[in-house]
Formats: sequence, structure tokens, C-alpha cells
Amino acid sequence: MKVVLQDLTKTYPNRNKKAPGQVVAVNDFTMEIPDGKLIGLLGPSGCGKSTTLNLLSGLQKPTSGKIFFGDDDVTNLPAENRGVGLVFQNYALYPHLTVKQNITFPLENLKGANKLTKQQMLEKATAAAKLVQIEELMDRKPSELSGGQQQRVAIARALVKMPRILLLDEPLSNLDARLRLQTREELRRIQRETGITTIFVTHDQEEAMSISDQIVVMNAGVVQQIGAPQQVYDDPMNLFVAKFLGTPPINVFSGTVKDGMLYIGEDAVLPCKGLDNQPVTVGIRPEGFRLSKTGSLVCNLKGVEVMGRDISVVSTHPHCESGNIRSIIGAENAVDTGSATVRFDLNPKKVFVFHAESGSRLRCTLE
Amino acid sequence: MAKQIDYEQIARRSGMRRKAFRAVTYVFLTIWALVVLFPFYWMLLSSIKSYGAYNSEYIPQFFTLSPTLENYVQAFTAVPLAQYFINTVIFTVATTAIMLVVTVLAAFAFARLDFKGKDLAFTLFLSLMMIPNELVVITNFVTVTNLDMRNTFLGLILPSVTSVFYIYLLKENFSQIPDELYYAAKVDGTSDLKYLLKVMVPICRPTLVTITILKVIECWNSYVWPRLITDKEAYFLVSNGIQSIRENGFGRENIPAMMAAVVVISVPLIVLFLVFRKKIMEGVSRGGIKG
Amino acid sequence: MEKRNLKGWLYLLPAIAFLGVFMVYPLIDVLIYSLEEGYNFASQTYQGVGLFNYSYVLHDPYFLQAVKNTFLLVVITVPLSTGIALLLSAGLSSIKPLRQAYQTIYFLPYVTNTLAVGLVFMILFKKTPYTDGFANLILSWFGSGPVDFIDGPYWAKMFVLCFYTIWVVMPFKVLILTSAMASVNQNYYNAAKIDGTSRFRIFTRITLPMISPTLFYLIITGFIGAFKAYSDAVALFGTDLNAAGMNTIVGYVYDMLYGNSGGYPSFASAAAIILFAIVLTITCINLLVSKKHVHYE
Repeated sequence: MKVVLQDLTKTYPNRNKKAPGQVVAVNDFTMEIPDGKLIGLLGPSGCGKSTTLNLLSGLQKPTSGKIFFGDDDVTNLPAENRGVGLVFQNYALYPHLTVKQNITFPLENLKGANKLTKQQMLEKATAAAKLVQIEELMDRKPSELSGGQQQRVAIARALVKMPRILLLDEPLSNLDARLRLQTREELRRIQRETGITTIFVTHDQEEAMSISDQIVVMNAGVVQQIGAPQQVYDDPMNLFVAKFLGTPPINVFSGTVKDGMLYIGEDAVLPCKGLDNQPVTVGIRPEGFRLSKTGSLVCNLKGVEVMGRDISVVSTHPHCESGNIRSIIGAENAVDTGSATVRFDLNPKKVFVFHAESGSRLRCTLE
Repeated sequence: MAKQIDYEQIARRSGMRRKAFRAVTYVFLTIWALVVLFPFYWMLLSSIKSYGAYNSEYIPQFFTLSPTLENYVQAFTAVPLAQYFINTVIFTVATTAIMLVVTVLAAFAFARLDFKGKDLAFTLFLSLMMIPNELVVITNFVTVTNLDMRNTFLGLILPSVTSVFYIYLLKENFSQIPDELYYAAKVDGTSDLKYLLKVMVPICRPTLVTITILKVIECWNSYVWPRLITDKEAYFLVSNGIQSIRENGFGRENIPAMMAAVVVISVPLIVLFLVFRKKIMEGVSRGGIKG
Repeated sequence: MEKRNLKGWLYLLPAIAFLGVFMVYPLIDVLIYSLEEGYNFASQTYQGVGLFNYSYVLHDPYFLQAVKNTFLLVVITVPLSTGIALLLSAGLSSIKPLRQAYQTIYFLPYVTNTLAVGLVFMILFKKTPYTDGFANLILSWFGSGPVDFIDGPYWAKMFVLCFYTIWVVMPFKVLILTSAMASVNQNYYNAAKIDGTSRFRIFTRITLPMISPTLFYLIITGFIGAFKAYSDAVALFGTDLNAAGMNTIVGYVYDMLYGNSGGYPSFASAAAIILFAIVLTITCINLLVSKKHVHYE
């Protein structure tokens, strides 16, 4: 099912009496989600991603804008008629019902021609349980399950009625680190097998990047960038997106462009074509540094962290705005830890230039 | 395109159904609100109708155009309503105060102190919660009579002061205060009693307020024990007073004057309620018993 | 160590003293009273020991009338008041505007003097030579003849008693149920809504099971409270309940102890113990039934 969001806006009246007015939770969100894809809505808390999910599910009504499922305008359709499946962050499994009863619960609501017999319900429930691999837990109560198992039951409950789209709210946040890795592959597999258009919300960029077909980065109610994870990572539209994606995070410097050359402080780091002379903000991915005795960027060495596959060089620079500089280099490189400074050459593909005030990306050719 | 219309219709229909449901809900809630409020309205209304006007209404009137306060004057002059009032205030204040002292001390012992037989004593206390008042009233009546305490405040107050439930409620609250505070106070050389009064009581003030309010309501409305133990008007509480007014005050038919008395009796608690609405409702839902 | 033990008991002393004199001792004493035959209040002597008091009480027509009244009251008011309270609470939980106002109004009967407002109810329902009263005015709108609800036929008196009892117990039940409903996680309702669950099914399949411990608590306390009904009846029908034919078991106990037919603590004790036995039995049955139907987390 293709999903289209058209100029979607949601505002709340401000609770704070001293500053009356409207809080804009989602601002003019437009997007077309192709059929059968897995979409990650990504952003810091309070960025409007959960509100977007609630607008899609019908639990909240947009202030303006439209939502289409396929060709159907569902904007004013109440949640119960939208045919979506929603997995809650804390799963919301009914504690007084067994796993089987939880999964069949949505089926029992079907009326008229869609009404199912007990046998049909059981078959569907079993199929859903098989898909998430919990067939052997059908007669337990939710309180007797681990977090990961509860998660699977919640997914089975959302899938059993064959929803037109599946929505997941922070699906992995209540799981421990090991289970998280396992479950996110599991999510991917389930989505592939069912082919249901799936939208999930997360604040964890790694989670979103690893399994999504497309990610939507949001901040303060505004969509920052939409695209395939690698594309967004490699080509961020603004400083916020660049900073939000990637671990360790991108290193940010204040710099200037002068006569076709990009400077960080006094260091002329890269030739830069296509920009007028101006102050800029420079973002350099940790993997964009190359050790070089003659490197143009001179930093004060603070230490080296060995991580096996790579080495992380920690250094400082007077014009660095993000604290320590973290650069990741291959383990085969030797760093002279006795030296006070370390010099880097930069990989132009990993360096982004942003407008010093607005933070939007400045297009230029770096060499 | 046909499908599109279908969707709009579903949306409209479910919107209408929701509106209808809400309307039914409000009608139902309003009906019960009227059932609750009507007796209050009727008692106010009747209390400001003159005796003559009230008795000439063969069909009750829902309002009056000539309100009068003469019934209130009569309520205070023809029967010792003020006396009942003072008695009830004395009874309520004394009972509640003694109850608080006894309860705080006992709850402190159970929550904080360590002594031999504590667990056994607490279990016995808890089991007393199941004993209905009706069972012990009989002997208490005989005891108080034998002690010659009928028609005295002591006789009224003493059997009403203990409540196992309040001890339990407060003990649970006391137990939530972290032990570290107690040890810190001990290190500073604070005595147990001082710790109780300066630390535990202020921390648990909300619970104490709850208990106090519940007890005040209970005292203000208590009827059975005062009825057994007093037969002189000088010691009547408002409940007994109203019953006696009904049976032989004012002459049987002076209903406006009776209603004036009822209003006067009801007002203090209603005012208390409106002022401490949040506290009282929280307290009752936490305390979970009807006195 | 010795000192610490002493201190603990010292703090408990006031409570123990009060409870001992006015609760534990009476408890034992009431059993003894109930077994002492022909106890004389004035001389404090008795003739023998046995079960005569119980047998007397069980054969006393006034007691049997009181038992009948009490059981009728329980059977009518407990389910009705719980049911109405459930509906009111569900209604309250589903609205936003005016909710506080309704809650405040609903709570008013809790803080009013039962005897005082009972008097108002009596006046509303009473038929006198001067007026048929408010209740009959309403009845006349529907073309029904005047009925004296206070001194008239048994069913009418029972109706008023039940009505007033429900009016009095409702605040507590509504308050407890609304706070139980408010504590149900909103996510369950959202989950059910997304699955297209109807209002009715959400109520029966989610709300009810989730609040079942509270509901069950209310039913048990409702039973106990209704069995101990007394002041409501006095408020409506006056202190001479036997004459009105509207006595309750508790009323019978007090009348035996002190009142027009009073002065028989032995009979009163026997009746009180019978009442206690009835309440205990009903509570146990309730507990057994609840094991099957109540969901505890």
C-alpha cells in the first residue's frame, strides 16, 4: 500500500499560560512512501516523529493536510476504520489475556461479511505466531514472557488482521543491546516476508540506518531529509542531519572560504571551487581523516584508542566546535603517541561545507 | 472514485455516532447529577418558605417568591441547635485529636522501632480490622453504663478514638521513609520522639491530613454510638439532634424549620468539602472506606 | 535490648489500651453474653449457659422481619448501585469538559449527614393530609395514584429505603471506580481502537477485567455495608423501626440493647453474632467466586 502525506501539519495549543499560542508538532510534512517499503522516522525526542505516527494511525487528527492510503483519502477516517497495525513502545499487550487471546483479539472485532469462525481465527493466529516464531508460547500470559517475546506477540497481534500498513513506535527501545541487534534483523525479515508497507519511529540512528529502505530525518516538527540511509549519510542536506547520523558523530569546525581555498583556522585544508569568500561551518566524518606527515590540518594529539579493526585518534583543534576531534584510521597506521601534534590529510568526499548561520549545505567542489 | 465516497461516508457516519454517544453520556450524567442535587435544592427551598406558605401548598412549588429567614431564627431558638453544634464540635475535635496522637505513636512503633513481639502484635492489630463495630458496641454500652459515663463527653469520645485502619495506613506511609534519614538523625543525637515529630510527621503530612479529614467526616455524621450513650439533650450531637427535632421538636409539622436545621447541620461539611475538595477525594479514594 | 523492647511497647501502649478495653474485651464478652441465659442487666446475674438466646432471636418475628428487610436491601442495592456506579464512572471517564463539576456533585452525598438528608428524602416521599409530596407529584404526571412511601405499603417503603441507600453509597463507588479506570494505561485503549474494537467490547473485554480487583473490592465492601444498614432506615422511618416494619438486623441489635424494647444485651449479642456469621459467609463465598473471575496483575 502506497502512503502519501500531503502538507501534513499538527499544532497543539500551548499549555504554558505565559506564552499562549500554538506548538507546532509536525510542520508541513509531505512525503510519498512507496508500497512494500520499510521506512524509518528518525529524530531526537520531541521532533514530531511520534505525532506523525499517531496521525498515520488515526489516533490524532491533523490540523491541516491530507493522508492517503493508496488512492483513498483517510484523513478524517477514525483509527478503527483505517486498517492499520500499530506496535506500541511498551507493547500494550492485554495483561489478562493469553498470547493466543491477545493475537485473536483484533480478529474478533470483524463484523458482517468479514466475520471469521473460531477455526479461521485460530489458523490466522497460528500463522502470525509462526511468522514471529512464538508458536510454543500461545497459552502463556504476557507477564510470563521476556521483553523480546512480548515484542513478538505485539507484532503478531498487529499483523494478524493483515493491516494495510504497519506502524511501530520505538520497536527496539525496550530491549537490551544484544536482543536489539537480533530483533532488528527479525523485523527486516518479517517485513520482507509480508511485504506490508512498514513505518517505524526511532531516536536511534544506527537502528534506522541498518534496516530501513528509506529514512526520514526530522527535527522540531520539520522534515530535514528523506532518502536511502547511505545516501543521506553521504550527502546530508544540512548540519543537523550531518550531526545526527553517524557514530562517532561528525567533527564540526568553524572555517572560512577564501579565494577558492577552504581554511580551518590558519590551515588551508582543501581547494574549494564554486563558493564566494565567506565564513563557513565545516563537517568532517571521522573516517575522512588520513594520517600524513605533511598533512594540512594540524591538531594537538590527546590520545589513541585502539579498537582492534581501527584506531581512533583523539585530538583537539582551536577551531573545532564539537569538543574533541575523533578520527578513525586503519589499524595498520602507527601513531607516534609521544608527539604533541598530529597532522591529517582530508578525504574530500567526507568533508561537508555548511552555511555558517543557517547550517544548510553549501554545494561546492572539494578536491 | 466510488471508493472515495465510501470512505467519506464512513468518516461522517462514525463522527455522527460519536456525537450521539457523547450526547447520551451527558444526558445520563446530568440525570444523576440532578438526582444528587435535587434533595439539596429542596431542603434549601423549603427552609426559606414561610410556615404558612409551605403548608398551603397542596401541590409542592419548585420556587418561592417570598423567601424568609424566620425558619433559621426558629431553628436556633425553639430547639437547642447551637448546643448540638457545640457538642458536635467538641466531640469531633477531641476524638480526632486523641485519635491522631494514638495513631501516630502506634504507627511509629510498628514502622520504625524494633522490639520483641512486634510482628505478632501487628498481625493481631490487622486481624482486628475485620471486627465489625456492631459486635463490640454491645459490651461498650454496658461498660460505659457501668462506669457511669453515660451522658458525658468521655463516654462519647473514648470508644470512638481508635481505628486500626488508620494505624495501618499511617504505618505503611511511615515505612516508606528511607532508613538513612533515621540513622542520620541518630548520628546527630536526635531522640526517637524528636525524630518522629520533626521528620516523620512533616514528611507524612498528606496522609495525616487524609486521616484527619476522614475522621472529622466520620465524627460529624456519627449517630449510632451517641444515640446509645446520650439521652439528655445537653449532650446530643447533630445527628441525634436532628432525629429528636424530627420526632418531637417544633411540633411535627413545621417542616420549613426542620429544613432550616438540616441546612445548618449540612453546611459545615459541605463548605469543608468545597475548600479541600482535592484532598478529601484523594483521601477517600486512598483510604478506601466509608466510616 | 531490654530498654528497646520497653520503648516499643510504650509507644503502642495507648493504642493497646484503647483497643483492649473497647475492642478485644468486648469481642470476648459479646460471645459470653450471647451464651448466658436470662441475663439481668440490673443485677448482672444470669441463670444458665446455653444457646437459648440464639433460639429466642431466631424465633422472634421482629428479627425475622429484620432479616428479610436486610436481605432484600442487600440483594437490590448492591447490584444496582454497583451497576449504576460503573455506568456513571465509564461516562465520566469518557468526557473532558465538565468532568470535574460532575465529579464534585456526585461526591456531595458522602460529606452530608445521613440523618439530616434522610429527613429531606422523607419529606420528598411522604404523603400527608396537607400535601401528597413531591414523589407523588411526579407519579401524578404519569397518571399514577398517590402512594405514601413512608407510612404506606411495604414495597413503597422498601423502594425509598433502597433508593436512599443507593444515593448514599454512590459517591464512594463512583470515586473509587473512576480512579481505577483512570489508572488503566491509555495504550490499551489505543491498541483496541486501532484494531477496530467497538465501545461495548472495549468496556467488557478491557476496562472490566483491568479494574476487576477494584470492582470486586467494591462488591465485597458493598455487601458488608448493606448488611449493616441502619442509619438510613432510621433517617427515613424514625427510631421505632419495628413499628414501621422496616427494621434491619443492626437495628434489631440496637433495639434489643436500648430502646423501646431494650435492655436485653444477651439477645442483642446473639443477634450481632448471627449477623457477623452471615456477613462472614457471604464474604467467603465472594472470595471463592472472585478467584475465577478477577484478574490480578
